[in-house]
Amino acid sequence: MSGMPPSLAPAAKPGAKPATRRVAESRDQADRARLDAAMRGFISDFGPEAAVYMEACLHCGQCAEACQFYVETGDPKYTPIWKIEPFKQAYSREMGPFAPFFRAFGLTPKVTLGELEGWQELLYDSCNMCGRCSLVCPAGIDIADLVEKARHGMFEAGLVPGDYLGALAGKEQETGNPFGISREDVRRALLEIGRSHGVEMHVDEPRAAVVPTVSSIDLKMYPASIAATARVLNHVGASWSFRTDGFDADNVSLTAGDRTGQRLVTEAIVDAATRCGAEVLIMPECGHSYTEMRWEAANTVGHALPFRVLHMSEYLAECLDAGRLKLRPVTPDPEGRGVTFHDPCQLSRRSGRSDAPRKVMAALGLDLHELADHGADSWCCGGGGGVALINRARPLRDKAFAIKRRQVADTGAGTVIVSCTGCRQTFEHGFKDAGGETGVGSLLDLVAGQLEEDGKTP
Amino acid sequence: MTLLDFARGPALYWSTLIMVCGLVWRLAGVALLPFRPDRSAAGPQSRGRVRGALGTIVSRSLPRRTFLARTFATVVVGYAMHLGLLIILLGGAPHILLVAQATGLSWPSLPKGVVALASAVTLVTLVFVLVRRCTHPVLRLLSNFDDFLSIVLTLVPVATGILLAEETVLPYRTLLTWHILSVEAMMIWLPFGKLSHVVFVFAGRAVSGAKLGKRGATT
Ligand code: SF4
Ligand code: SF4
Repeated sequence: MSGMPPSLAPAAKPGAKPATRRVAESRDQADRARLDAAMRGFISDFGPEAAVYMEACLHCGQCAEACQFYVETGDPKYTPIWKIEPFKQAYSREMGPFAPFFRAFGLTPKVTLGELEGWQELLYDSCNMCGRCSLVCPAGIDIADLVEKARHGMFEAGLVPGDYLGALAGKEQETGNPFGISREDVRRALLEIGRSHGVEMHVDEPRAAVVPTVSSIDLKMYPASIAATARVLNHVGASWSFRTDGFDADNVSLTAGDRTGQRLVTEAIVDAATRCGAEVLIMPECGHSYTEMRWEAANTVGHALPFRVLHMSEYLAECLDAGRLKLRPVTPDPEGRGVTFHDPCQLSRRSGRSDAPRKVMAALGLDLHELADHGADSWCCGGGGGVALINRARPLRDKAFAIKRRQVADTGAGTVIVSCTGCRQTFEHGFKDAGGETGVGSLLDLVAGQLEEDGKTP
Repeated sequence: MTLLDFARGPALYWSTLIMVCGLVWRLAGVALLPFRPDRSAAGPQSRGRVRGALGTIVSRSLPRRTFLARTFATVVVGYAMHLGLLIILLGGAPHILLVAQATGLSWPSLPKGVVALASAVTLVTLVFVLVRRCTHPVLRLLSNFDDFLSIVLTLVPVATGILLAEETVLPYRTLLTWHILSVEAMMIWLPFGKLSHVVFVFAGRAVSGAKLGKRGATT
């Protein structure tokens, strides 16, 4: 069940780390110890909420119908709540209010390490933690949240897929970012991006009201988006600065299930922003890292954050409202096909801010053709939750992406606008793998190209 | 003491006790876990935790349009079965009489034909649910002993109730005895298995509704 045959596995991406598999296979804990570790990881932050979820499932199967992996493959094993089945069983058997009763009557079988190994594909390759299933569940079970907890367990048992998710998370825990780039190199890279794009760059200023974080993926693959960030912040006249002592917006550890790494990344950002007196922390166009900073960081560090956390599109929308961001409308494309917009799950569904990117698109005068399912109902692109970082998952991801591809085609739009780097990559790969011709554009990049500078065009 | 006396007396007492205590135990088992306060700042469109929780308890009963094309059968069957049970319980004259005797509260009953129709619909949907659990690939994978037991334990009281109401040739007292005993069996199983969803679906909705309501997200 786990792993694609080598013949199906896509070629390694240039520049990516070699397939070390060190997280998944180098530990030789006894099975029992690993199982225990898995369960401890799963329940480590178990409160009444998660426990209620464990008790509430009706086995009605509706969550399957909300999940792109089931809908596109028809394979029942991709039923969302099934993805946490071993953990659910172990919970009722070992920890639930009726645990002795379940044990005595043998109502739930004992979970084995082999089972957990088999579940790796279900918990990692085929879950974006997108929360679409959480929205359909009549019992209100936040399955995405349970998957995150189950991944904590899988990490503790050494069962994270190595290529590349586990490897990247390992690097992140070790060095503070998934590619192991040193602070000095980050600084150099940022300044170089400023130079080559002709934009004034602020790095490691001692005081800054606005601190944008950086996705290492942007740093490697979309430097123009980093230049766009600088351009926009200069335009709105913010006192701002990147901080190399806390910049890694990716938080790959979060999707891998590594709580230690997750905490390290989060604390570094909070500390850096606090140190320079930030009022606003901007998360770049990146989904899960936004959720982490916006909704979890305060709990991780144990106090309310001294600054506000905004997704890039929320920040843009605020600047528009305040009249600080002035945009020229885009020139309509000659074919008049317009654009469509892909809602990043974490911003639109999980955080209720589908309005922010739309406000920005309206200001750009874009001819927006909405997808059949948009806003909170939008389907995940299939790459979220670290799935885009699992090498062997690409064929499955492409399958899940098919639903998005169809909905995009139905709008007739020539370009899909995205506001998340992860989505952007998934769309680019998905369209490429399917041989499509639809363009993919970043909302931020678009904005940066339409800034109305006094007397000059950027 | 006849079996009917037993069913109406000690069996009723004990099954009620087991149901209530079991539910309280199960609820306490989750509610007493250490609660972690949420320190994040509320979203700009936040509805607050309480309104989020209460709103979701209601709104999650209504299907979301985007899912309906794929969940139609489940939704229709679910509605039919639950409404049917509600009509039987609250509209059937003997049930109202029982409540009146126990508490003094009373309300007008529904016409016998309506209750009969509701019973028939409930019975048919329960059988359908049972069959579907054995045939639908997702439901087959998910279903366990508890699921089947819970359906059967609901089905038997409905079936015996119909036989009672229709005044068949079967001896009335025997039927009544088995009807009451089957209800009691259901009550005893309720806190342990998935029948406890009478409480936990609402708890689940409240919990996720509070979280997402604070954020200002759709719940
Ligand atoms: S969170 Fe998304 S990807 Fe994961 S099971 Fe639910 S619907 Fe499927
Ligand atoms: S939709 Fe909710 S209640 Fe139904 S099977 Fe999925 S998790 Fe369980």
